[in-house]
Amino acid sequence: MSKELWKGNEAIAEAAIRAGCRYFFGYPITPQNEIPEYMSLHLPEAGGVFLQAESEVAAINMVYGAAGSGARVMTSSSSPGISLKQEGISYLAGAELPCVIVNIMRGGPGLGTIQPAQGDYFQATRGGGNGDYRLIVLAPSTIQEACDHVRDAFDIADRYRNPVMILADGMIGQMMEAVEWQPSESRTLPEKTWATVGTGGTRKPNIINSLFIDPNESERHNAHLNEKYDVMRAEEVRYEATIPDDADVLFVAYGTPARLAKAAIRLLAKEGITGGLFRPISLWPFPEKPLNEAASAASVKAVVTVEMSLGQLVDDVKIAVNGVKPVSLCGKAGGIVPTPREVADAALAALGRK
Amino acid sequence: MTHDILISGFGGQGVMAIGKTLAEGGMKEGYEVSWLPSYGPEMRGGTANCSVVISDDMIISPIVLEPTLLIAMNTPSLVKFGPNVIPEGKVFVNSSIVDMAVERTDVSAYYVPTMEIAQKLGNPRVANMVMLGAVNHVTGLLREETVREMLSQLFTGPKANLVELNLEALRMGAACAANDACMIWSNTHEYHD
Repeated sequence: MSKELWKGNEAIAEAAIRAGCRYFFGYPITPQNEIPEYMSLHLPEAGGVFLQAESEVAAINMVYGAAGSGARVMTSSSSPGISLKQEGISYLAGAELPCVIVNIMRGGPGLGTIQPAQGDYFQATRGGGNGDYRLIVLAPSTIQEACDHVRDAFDIADRYRNPVMILADGMIGQMMEAVEWQPSESRTLPEKTWATVGTGGTRKPNIINSLFIDPNESERHNAHLNEKYDVMRAEEVRYEATIPDDADVLFVAYGTPARLAKAAIRLLAKEGITGGLFRPISLWPFPEKPLNEAASAASVKAVVTVEMSLGQLVDDVKIAVNGVKPVSLCGKAGGIVPTPREVADAALAALGRK
Repeated sequence: MTHDILISGFGGQGVMAIGKTLAEGGMKEGYEVSWLPSYGPEMRGGTANCSVVISDDMIISPIVLEPTLLIAMNTPSLVKFGPNVIPEGKVFVNSSIVDMAVERTDVSAYYVPTMEIAQKLGNPRVANMVMLGAVNHVTGLLREETVREMLSQLFTGPKANLVELNLEALRMGAACAANDACMIWSNTHEYHD
């Protein structure tokens, strides 16, 4: 297969169309505008529907409708826009509707800035909407990986009847890299017998709902959802570990900061310090056990979390590491990307060498 | 081999296009490549820049902070990014509008009067391709056939005649860089054949 040069946002849109997405509802916001732009041109060519809604709230509720009818559907936005979608996301999770939501993160809080950031980690992994629910959250660090994640996300969503979020910083959306289009690994997916597509007079109507007014029924529904989340915890963990046997310091980072940590590891090597990288790819379910094992390696003296936020990922790292090694934070927020030197210096500080 | 390239200028000078051509051409030549634009509010009527990394090894960070090669299409770009170029690095200056010389002596400077050369070709819009030709002559990254193939996909139908014009701009930029005179600062904007 030949390599093609793709901009992150456009590649994400193309990957969705290739994955069978036929409905897209969105509202413009930088730095993700090339996703709806690409969809507006190419989704109709594939026989699909592109619609620019009157707001993010409308768009996510259109996703609810399309998902309820069994269609493959996606929406995308950036941080403030994703905030507006939170009610809809909670309802989608409550009604068990599969869909893909892309968040190309920018600096916050509030309107913030259009520059890349990762300040929506808590919102994505803890649930920005109400109630006990979970999203599977995938975090690409290259354009190729973004394409592969989008392809897989639709299958994962269908398998679990659950929304899947692609969480990437603005840099992933804006940069161009080579992409090779990979065929999907064929997952056997359940038939969508629950979809509201008309009974044809042959069965009882399907009802899609997140209202369970009887608390006993509501408790049963929550228990059912939780059983599903347990299966996700067991089967959907993804990570990349590049850790030499003699690593002095272990970096933990996702998305663009993971690439900067790799650059910092090269700088540290020149100074006689060996660094390793643990990169969570599924932010939820978080690769808790593998990270604990990596941090437990005898040579590792310190764990340094690198994130474009001021202490969000580091909470999950601390839970995973569970005190076996000291955990520190190298964080930048508000649209500023840390330099490899700053990341390397954070490691030196954690090792007590600076 | 890794080229960390920073290309900077006013919006409209074709800064992003130089970067995309380098990145896509580099990919077609078998290198690992990345292209990263600045996308801040300064792009609207102000300066624009992009980072391009071309390497025969896996690319780690797409952000170019210390370029091995800087293309300064206007004066503010040279002032802002000139000091960050690595020692022994290369600085390509659009001498048609940059009104100062490269003061550093630990880098190689190439002065390319892109607009005068483009004007000679009858189309000021190919000034960026003139610059690309100069850069390509010095780095040897792209073969003319590769660029021709890319241009042929970009310019089709009534625009097909632009392929040869752009290739000619590329050649004239290369000829400029091949002449030692281009390494000497002059504010006369003279074009050396």
